[in-house]
Amino acid sequence: MNLRSLLRALLLLLTASLGTELAMGQSLMTQVHSERSLYREVLVYEQDGLRCMCFTRQCRIGRQSCIELRNPQRFALNYTRMMLAGTLFTQDDPRRILIIGLGGGSIPTALRTLLPKAQVEVVEIDPAVTKVAKRFFSFNDDAPTHVTEADGRVFVKRAVREGRQYDVILLDAFDHEYIPEHLLTQEFLQEVKSLLAPRGVIVANTFSSSKLYDHESTTYASVFGTFYNLKRENRVIVARLGGLPPYAEIAQRAVQFEAALKPFGADVPSMLKMFATEVDWDTKARVLTDQYSPANLLNH
Amino acid sequence: MSAAGVARIHQRLCYVMALWSGFFVMGIELLGGRLLAPNFGSSIYVWGAIISVFMLALSLGYLAGGRWSLQSPSLGRLSLLLLVAALTALPVLPLTGEPLERLAIALPDPRFGSLTAAALLFFVPTFFSGMVSPYCVRLLVDGDGTSGRRAGQLFFVSTFGSAAGTILTSFYLVLWFEVNSILLSLVAISMLLAAAGLLAQRTLR
Repeated sequence: MNLRSLLRALLLLLTASLGTELAMGQSLMTQVHSERSLYREVLVYEQDGLRCMCFTRQCRIGRQSCIELRNPQRFALNYTRMMLAGTLFTQDDPRRILIIGLGGGSIPTALRTLLPKAQVEVVEIDPAVTKVAKRFFSFNDDAPTHVTEADGRVFVKRAVREGRQYDVILLDAFDHEYIPEHLLTQEFLQEVKSLLAPRGVIVANTFSSSKLYDHESTTYASVFGTFYNLKRENRVIVARLGGLPPYAEIAQRAVQFEAALKPFGADVPSMLKMFATEVDWDTKARVLTDQYSPANLLNH
Repeated sequence: MSAAGVARIHQRLCYVMALWSGFFVMGIELLGGRLLAPNFGSSIYVWGAIISVFMLALSLGYLAGGRWSLQSPSLGRLSLLLLVAALTALPVLPLTGEPLERLAIALPDPRFGSLTAAALLFFVPTFFSGMVSPYCVRLLVDGDGTSGRRAGQLFFVSTFGSAAGTILTSFYLVLWFEVNSILLSLVAISMLLAAAGLLAQRTLR
């Protein structure tokens, strides 16, 4: 091959790759909205009938929340199903629910329908997120849903002092690019635990990969003992005060929700399959504490 | 030892102390964020409060350090500044538990609560750390002609030390050690350096 044909081949390769990028770019996302806040830019993108909230341009580092435009009720992300399975199948008729981290609000929105009698308290640090969730993700903060603008840790400490109790606490404050490290320590989880009513349940959306997996597992185990570990691209930890509900009990409750969950595109048998208690982490990994909490450095 | 040799050792110690002081300040500042987070969160307000307190304390420290250098400046006195900065950082350890929690209850506003907490914990040690650099300038400058060059070198070492303290603490130290251990080590190194300075002042004249 002479130099000229080599160059031509290279040029062809280059234009070909550029071409596919452009083509992808066209079918790629369109930005619908951008909201600047104290913390970040809250972005809304649409692509292939899906509308998503992201904190990075083109959703490069993960999506916070998504809805299907044709059918906004359907859960577009797997982790929402996992969080709801943890909430609905572990307790009879929970009435007081605390959610730390709003995102697009798909969980509180679903809970308005699935548990209409429950008081849902949401803590969100960033008012811009709440604003965008209301405007673009049909989140509704009328009673019985309520949003407080606060740091999750500060809210929990205050709630402990006021002697509040919750039947379910959902932790959903992490995103892929940055973890608020003070919300992933043994001390914080102990504070959360003391907010749980007898037989209260904690449902935490966390990380399924990286070195952090081991550390976060030992940290949760040190406070809650055995927990259900629901794993897909995300990981959801489900633990109950006074011991985990046996699988049979969970399956029994799940069946009662089968019809109600259908419009959300949540298939109960596949949700049930995710409840596992297998210990698949390094049990000697150092527990994260307020004194030792390099969660972001471990998440690589 | 010749007088020139003694002077050189004193000068080097001066630079080392300025470098370390920069490291010490930024190390503590970064740990400050972790110490306040359990009670005040890690919102932008908390970082704003911490950085404001450090900047204010440093600026007033510069003024005071320059002023104090007018009265019989010596390496021994410079060492004392380092020692006092280290010792006044020690109360941070007992204050971060109960007392901070009570402060957070008394001042629930996320801005002024964290501002008060940061001032309470970090103002005094940072103020004394700020005194170090201008004091060093006085010890190093031997004539009008070289004052700019000396000051430039000093700013270089102390700010370089700050950069090193920032990156080492945030990228590595917090991954290896507990916050309190890092803080105690910073204090211990300051005390060792101060002791070295006092010793040099006594033995080498």
